[in-house]
Amino acid sequence: MGAEVFDRIQSRLAKGEEEGQSPPGQARAPAGVSHGILVLDLAPGAVAGAARVLKEEFGFDVFLDVTAVDWPGREPRFEVVWHFYSTAHKVRVRLKARVAEASPAAPSLTPLYGSAAFMERECHDMYGIVFEGNADLRPILLYEGFVGHPLRKDYPKEREQPLVPYREGFEERG
Amino acid sequence: MDKRVIPIEPAGATAKSAAFEYISTRKDELVGWARKFSIFPYPFVTACCAMEFMAVSSTPYDTDRFGAALPRFSPRQSDLLMVVGTVTHKQAPILLKVYEQMCEPKWVMAFGVCATSGGFYQNYAAVPGIDRIVPVDIYIPGCPPRPETVIDGIMKLQEKIAREKHPILTKDF
Repeated sequence: MGAEVFDRIQSRLAKGEEEGQSPPGQARAPAGVSHGILVLDLAPGAVAGAARVLKEEFGFDVFLDVTAVDWPGREPRFEVVWHFYSTAHKVRVRLKARVAEASPAAPSLTPLYGSAAFMERECHDMYGIVFEGNADLRPILLYEGFVGHPLRKDYPKEREQPLVPYREGFEERG
Repeated sequence: MDKRVIPIEPAGATAKSAAFEYISTRKDELVGWARKFSIFPYPFVTACCAMEFMAVSSTPYDTDRFGAALPRFSPRQSDLLMVVGTVTHKQAPILLKVYEQMCEPKWVMAFGVCATSGGFYQNYAAVPGIDRIVPVDIYIPGCPPRPETVIDGIMKLQEKIAREKHPILTKDF
């Protein structure tokens, strides 16, 4: 059942590209099926359109997660990853988009899924991805005043940014 | 030929001060004995060590034998701050505020390796040992500590309380 839905999704997104619904030349070839999940590698500009198609035409009503992967040395450096689940078809779809370190911007999916707001805040905390359209990107797991993005590979693992000054005799690392 | 300094005191004063010292020492012993059996813990429970804390508080291990059974859920009524689990930098101001709200005399127990030293965490989030934030009286190792270890820790703390001086008037009062 999953394979049949995946074929339909892929042909629908390819058709959308032909008809100019998504910006031309931006959607890349789909990466195929991995661990039973359809993986689509898209340009950042094509993500919002693809998510709308998934939600409105294929019943992907659950927004599972948005996170990022840091590939140091690769250009563009970050890969933003979205997961969706369809309670109608009982399948998952993963969207990926690569963004550069210089302008790590990805579209916000808060207009489609309210639950994306907090997850985008977390992703912004940890990787510094800026979700355009999410007006509230305050720290959610980190605290105000935290410098840097701890899940980036170049963040030193021993660096401490204490909120309470340490007692006498203790030094902060990093 | 040693030069001993002999205090010049009126007759009877030495006996008086010796008697006072004797009474003062016995008073410390008495107060220490009373205090070591009336530890009111405040559980500052943040992580998985809580399971072991529940085990050690409940019937099979029964910390009530040490007078440390009744948790007070207001730091103002408690003597012993039990920090059970990992403390993050984001939580550190809360821990400090709870500690500052406790009345003297107060003691702090670091329960488990995370509270003791950060344990296996070395990252942006975890405080590597709560002694960076508040002074700690007793450290209990283990991930999580066995109930026997906790009971040993409580007994060592009791010994410490019994040995301490217990001034009736403190410098702040």
